[in-house]
Amino acid sequence: MEQLAHQVFSGLATGGIYASVALALVMIYQATHLVNFAQGEMAMFATYVAWALMDAGLPYWPAFFLTLAIAFIGGIVIERLIIRPFDDADVLAAVIVFVGLLVIFNSVAGWIFSYVIKTFPSPFPAEPPFGNRLIGSHDLGAIAVTLVVLVLLFIFFRFTPLGLAMRAAAQNPASSRLVGIRVGWMRALGWGLAAAIGAVAGIMVAPIVFLDPNMMAGILLYGFAGALLGGIDNPGGAVVGGFLVGVMENIVGAYVIGTELKLTVALVLIVGVLVVRPTGLFGHKLVTRV
Amino acid sequence: MMLTRRTSLALGAVLGLALGANPALAQKKYGPGASDTEIKIGNTNPYSGPASSYGTIGKTQAAYFEMLNKEKGGINGRKVNFITLDDGYSPPKTVEQVRRLVEQDQVLAVFATLGTPTNTAFHKYINGKKVPHLFLATGATKWNDPKNHPWTIGWQPNYQTEAAIYASYIMRNHPNAKVGVLYQNDDYGKDYLHGFLAGFGDKVKQYVVAQVSYEVTDATVDSQIISLKGSGADTFFNITIPKFAAQAVRKAYDIDWKPTQFLNNVSNSIGSVLQPAGLEKSKGIISSRYYIDPTEPEIQNHPDFKEWLAFMKKYYPDGALNEPFNVYAYLSAKTLEHVLRQCGDDLTRENLIKQAASIKNLKLPMMVEGILLNTGPNDFAPIEQMQLIRFDGEKWVPFGDILG
Repeated sequence: MEQLAHQVFSGLATGGIYASVALALVMIYQATHLVNFAQGEMAMFATYVAWALMDAGLPYWPAFFLTLAIAFIGGIVIERLIIRPFDDADVLAAVIVFVGLLVIFNSVAGWIFSYVIKTFPSPFPAEPPFGNRLIGSHDLGAIAVTLVVLVLLFIFFRFTPLGLAMRAAAQNPASSRLVGIRVGWMRALGWGLAAAIGAVAGIMVAPIVFLDPNMMAGILLYGFAGALLGGIDNPGGAVVGGFLVGVMENIVGAYVIGTELKLTVALVLIVGVLVVRPTGLFGHKLVTRV
Repeated sequence: MMLTRRTSLALGAVLGLALGANPALAQKKYGPGASDTEIKIGNTNPYSGPASSYGTIGKTQAAYFEMLNKEKGGINGRKVNFITLDDGYSPPKTVEQVRRLVEQDQVLAVFATLGTPTNTAFHKYINGKKVPHLFLATGATKWNDPKNHPWTIGWQPNYQTEAAIYASYIMRNHPNAKVGVLYQNDDYGKDYLHGFLAGFGDKVKQYVVAQVSYEVTDATVDSQIISLKGSGADTFFNITIPKFAAQAVRKAYDIDWKPTQFLNNVSNSIGSVLQPAGLEKSKGIISSRYYIDPTEPEIQNHPDFKEWLAFMKKYYPDGALNEPFNVYAYLSAKTLEHVLRQCGDDLTRENLIKQAASIKNLKLPMMVEGILLNTGPNDFAPIEQMQLIRFDGEKWVPFGDILG
């Protein structure tokens, strides 16, 4: 019984990681209706930026917020310079650009920072809270940060004119343009926000899995499964999906099919959701008027 | 005049040479890739992709041959042209690169190609082409197979030998141990696991109570460590690559599981595993070694270490000085140097593989005292001995005899 509790909490901790990555995926999907495969690598690169800032002597929080700003601007710059020329191209062209970005970020990070794993500091205390042994302070803190980001996103998209404009620009570019929304800039803004959210995810993940250029490769896959399960267009759903994937992965791996098929669970989940319920648990059915 | 046996033998050899009794030594013979001025050697390494942390091995080797060419005029007057290509640790890419090395660049041999799946991919091809495939940078057991693959020779102690050393240590010193194993779900992990289980012989069921695996794509191995603790194991064999090794050590400590820990040699770097995991959390871990970690205090004033340090600073200034891989690469390059020197002026592929298979008690600097390299027509595993080491919270402390 104690072991089951351990598995569930450890699943929640990794689920928190998946949830934060899933959030970034949803963000970019909201803004562009595309899934950015380079999301994980951009987050990893931003984490290295944070690491370099701290290595240069900056305290944790200034480094944290400075990294978010750099990631935000970096995201916008990437959209303007690299993604924009492919706006009118095929979806497949965009996907190839994303894969290209993935490889570039991975290699450049390795080239600059080397492939040796690095420890990354946590802003939370080292000792687990309330003397429990089930979940560490950092795991709890990371989950809290993810939830805060989620609430901020919800408020942004639901109640601010800018958030509404962004949603409109993604859903119906032509009409949005007619009512005066600058669709191109909305997309760039989406990229910037997604990059910043990714940076938060990376900074929260790194103390748990250690920082290296391949830190996000596997996590992105599970995060994608989480986002799909919850609904790729629903931030709250994506977070729930991330937690579900984390817990399910542990329970199924430890008690049902064994560790050898753990990865398969994530892949089956992705295919299964797409076949049975493409909108996910909480997604909206997209109806296009002809 | 009394002649001792040795001097008379030497005299005989000199006479034999003078009379041209051994034309192979007197006459220069060249295979592809060798000439009066040059020896072409091919190599693949992951300079990009998921296993890029190993890429430093190829860089050190390239630096070593550059040093050899600049400072010693190469080997027997011939410059070593070391062509090292990126394969990204992707087997199909490795095949493509090795074919390029053999068919286009016409190398004399391929040397220290890195990785188990990657070498497996062209194992048959290279043996079919009869190109020497020397001192592979992987510890898989299958490279020692002179009968079926007479052109392939491994280098480092193989995973099964190492795992068997731990198994026999456990049986001798912890006869009531209950062992839990964590292994990477691929060729490398299973090779270790196989050797470990075989090491217990028919008592394996009595000792090994749990085996769990992980994938390189997993975010963490926390769940696996929880399962192992739950299995009641009091001994833990950790078959993981550096990142997951550090995670496993940390998680075991954090959930208050205090088994006797065995860590595979692949991940016993202090700088890239134990430090990230936490030195305090790593205390008491047992592992094994055959060469000396560059951070060990005992070696800091040794002339061999100083020579390595001077070489690194001059020819590979970007290389990390606390990285054991950079010593590993230095030693395997020295092994090739030894064998090429041994070939003399007969640089054919046949002679090269013959010389590689007749290394006798070669002692290399920075190798653990007492461990020697040996090969023979039926023994294609140069290093077969190791020494157990225990981490004391600061450094590895060797204990016990040389084993293997």
